Amino acid sequence: MAAENMNREVVLSVKDLKVNFRAYGGLVQAVRGISFDLYRGETLAIVGESGSGKSVSIKAILGILANNAIIADGSIMYDGMDLTKVKEDTFHEIRGNRIGLIFQDPLSALNPIMKIGNQITESLRLNRKMKKEEAKKVALELMKSVGIPEPEKRFDQYPFQFSGGMRQRIVIAIALAGDPEILICDEPTTALDVTVQAKILELINQIKKERNLSVIFITHDLGVVANMADRVNVMYAGKVVETGTAEEIFFEPAHPYTWALLSSMPDLHTKDRLDAIPGTPPNMIYPPKGDAFAARNAYAMKIDYEMEPPMFKITDTHAAATWLLHPKAAANGIEMPAGLKARIERMKRSGALNG
Amino acid sequence: MADSQYILEVNNLCQHFSSGRGKKQLTVKAVDDVTFGVRPAETFGLVGESGCGKTTTGRTIIRLYNPTGGEVLFNGRDIAGKMNPDLRKYLTDNIAMIFQDPIESLNPKMTIEEIIGEGLKVRGMKDQAEIRKMVVDMLRKVGLVEEHATRYPHEFSGGQRQRIGIARAIIVKPKMIIADEPVSALDVSVQAQVINLLNDLKEEMGLTILFIAHNLSVVKYFSDRIGVMYFGHLVEVANGEDLYKNPLHPYTKALLSAIPEPNPITERQRVRIDYVPARDHDYSNEQPSMVEVEPEHFVYCSPSELAKYREQIAANA
Ligand SMILES: Nc1ncnc2c1ncn2[C@@H]1O[C@H](COP(=O)(O)OP(=O)(O)OP(=O)(O)O)[C@@H](O)[C@H]1O
Ligand SMILES: Nc1ncnc2c1ncn2[C@@H]1O[C@H](COP(=O)(O)OP(=O)(O)OP(=O)(O)O)[C@@H](O)[C@H]1O
Ligand code: SF4
Ligand SMILES: [Mg+2]
Ligand SMILES: [Mg+2]
Repeated sequence: MAAENMNREVVLSVKDLKVNFRAYGGLVQAVRGISFDLYRGETLAIVGESGSGKSVSIKAILGILANNAIIADGSIMYDGMDLTKVKEDTFHEIRGNRIGLIFQDPLSALNPIMKIGNQITESLRLNRKMKKEEAKKVALELMKSVGIPEPEKRFDQYPFQFSGGMRQRIVIAIALAGDPEILICDEPTTALDVTVQAKILELINQIKKERNLSVIFITHDLGVVANMADRVNVMYAGKVVETGTAEEIFFEPAHPYTWALLSSMPDLHTKDRLDAIPGTPPNMIYPPKGDAFAARNAYAMKIDYEMEPPMFKITDTHAAATWLLHPKAAANGIEMPAGLKARIERMKRSGALNG
Repeated sequence: MADSQYILEVNNLCQHFSSGRGKKQLTVKAVDDVTFGVRPAETFGLVGESGCGKTTTGRTIIRLYNPTGGEVLFNGRDIAGKMNPDLRKYLTDNIAMIFQDPIESLNPKMTIEEIIGEGLKVRGMKDQAEIRKMVVDMLRKVGLVEEHATRYPHEFSGGQRQRIGIARAIIVKPKMIIADEPVSALDVSVQAQVINLLNDLKEEMGLTILFIAHNLSVVKYFSDRIGVMYFGHLVEVANGEDLYKNPLHPYTKALLSAIPEPNPITERQRVRIDYVPARDHDYSNEQPSMVEVEPEHFVYCSPSELAKYREQIAANA
């Protein structure tokens, strides 16, 4: 994987991005300096606590931040342009056309008073310059390919007449209508049951292969991450705290937040009380000094409350921002929780058994 | 099913929506002949394909829609009949709903304190300081902080908004909660907090929960019994263990085969079972109905399917 990445083309490069919001109580530091590259043809999953800045970072990429947002620092390079600096006109060319998006809440993505079918043909006519007749034909095909039964009848209905999952499939159809080279998905399957989710994930994967699409995929479902991701960024309190290949994140997690995240998943095999992460997420108006996770981290050391850890490189593809990886801390011998270790061993075994 | 062991009894419930006219007329049988019961202090999970009618079932029970057929009893009282102020009050006092869409359901012009405290005011509570205190307690319970009380919904992330919805529902201490995808929008760590919280509330308050969700690992973990819906019909009802060990209906099997596991090795080899009603059933001569195949295990099936399922259970025993 490492060698492969080196040869691959970077399609999007985020460097030291910082996003603040002006709010009633002060400045919310939602994204506090994140950097990552997206390669052509890969799926990069972003996971992390609710409120950790996942949606805000991709909204910055798409130029759709709320009015009270300030991009305080950093750059987002795409096709020779810095997206933090381009004008809204340029974004009109890019968004929906070259960078497609599928959002968490399908309701806000759809126009409530416009017929479903017309919302798809609009994108086709705008982005792919199709004539009315052709656009309708392609729209019906798209509706069918995302699994809408009786598309001819459904074409003339309004969003409120669709279930949550069906609305989301329409949003996906609209995103694909634009023929993008990057597809950004913010919890695209959160509202869906697993069978439809599985079909939509297969659909995204199939289109990704066919078009050599790069995908950024935000989800809370670690099963979906395991299914989709080539690489994973783990976010906490506005920062990427760990990055690695899917195997590295699931089998060799290094950051205590990643440990906590993996430990808190419900397991099909037990009814034991879940390991919720203690405490509350930090107040991002006054982000804590040092490692933002320290107060909730059973393994926190003195230094965690004082100095922010840098990213420590583990392999060419794997890095984590925790002082535990500092050569001096390694001597303390702090390891991941025993329960998680046992679970990972179990996962590796069951994977090997099936294989 | 006039059975007093149930706090909520849903009998042959139907909710059919019609739209369009003439040739474009479309009737969606969102809920069709659905029958189940929920016992006091039990968590009943409802899962199934997107669009199969889970939300509509919940919304019809709480009377956001008027049922087009069937009967719903709560503590023996008919709640599906003609709406009047008395019945409305009975419903709001007893059943609260947590909605699937945290954005749609929060009034953008109200502060979090107003949103969460609204139910208390509706019930006649006037002491502002007391309301404030209860709201702050609730915020902490759902993993938010006091400072959030004065903010507005748009200042919160998707997950935070859902926790606000949960706080709003439980602050009035209802007997039953209909939770429509309450943790779908939450990250796993907060999801764990909320599930632990709902479990605690269940014990503290003897809360009965109708839990609608598509994440089967969560449903299995959280529910005592599970109902599987497909296209408006309930196709299988069993306790969690039985359903996982011994799924009988082919749709349940397809559903179980599609749960993604947090394991990249197994995920890359995942083999899904598809459910194709036309292939999997032959109902040309026999009609299916809900049958108790083994104690507490109901399946929607025809007589010959029933014979087959009984064999399967015997073989697995
Ligand atoms: N318009 C805004 N004004 C003020 N604060 C905001 C605004 N939008 C987002 N935030 C804050 O920025 C932080 C990051 O929010 P974001 O939506 O990126 O979270 P997320 O990681 O996507 O969470 P979730 O998983 O719950 O969707 C949160 O603390 C949120 O409260
Ligand atoms: N107000 C309405 N008018 C017309 N049809 C409706 C209405 N509400 C829902 N429907 C239809 O009823 C069916 C069931 O929808 P429902 O929202 O109950 O599904 P669901 O099981 O909750 O799905 P999801 O998992 O996607 O949320 C769908 O076909 C939907 O299009
Ligand atoms: S989240 Fe913001 S934009 Fe959306 S409804 Fe609420 S106030 Fe309006
Ligand atoms: Mg988000
Ligand atoms: Mg629903």
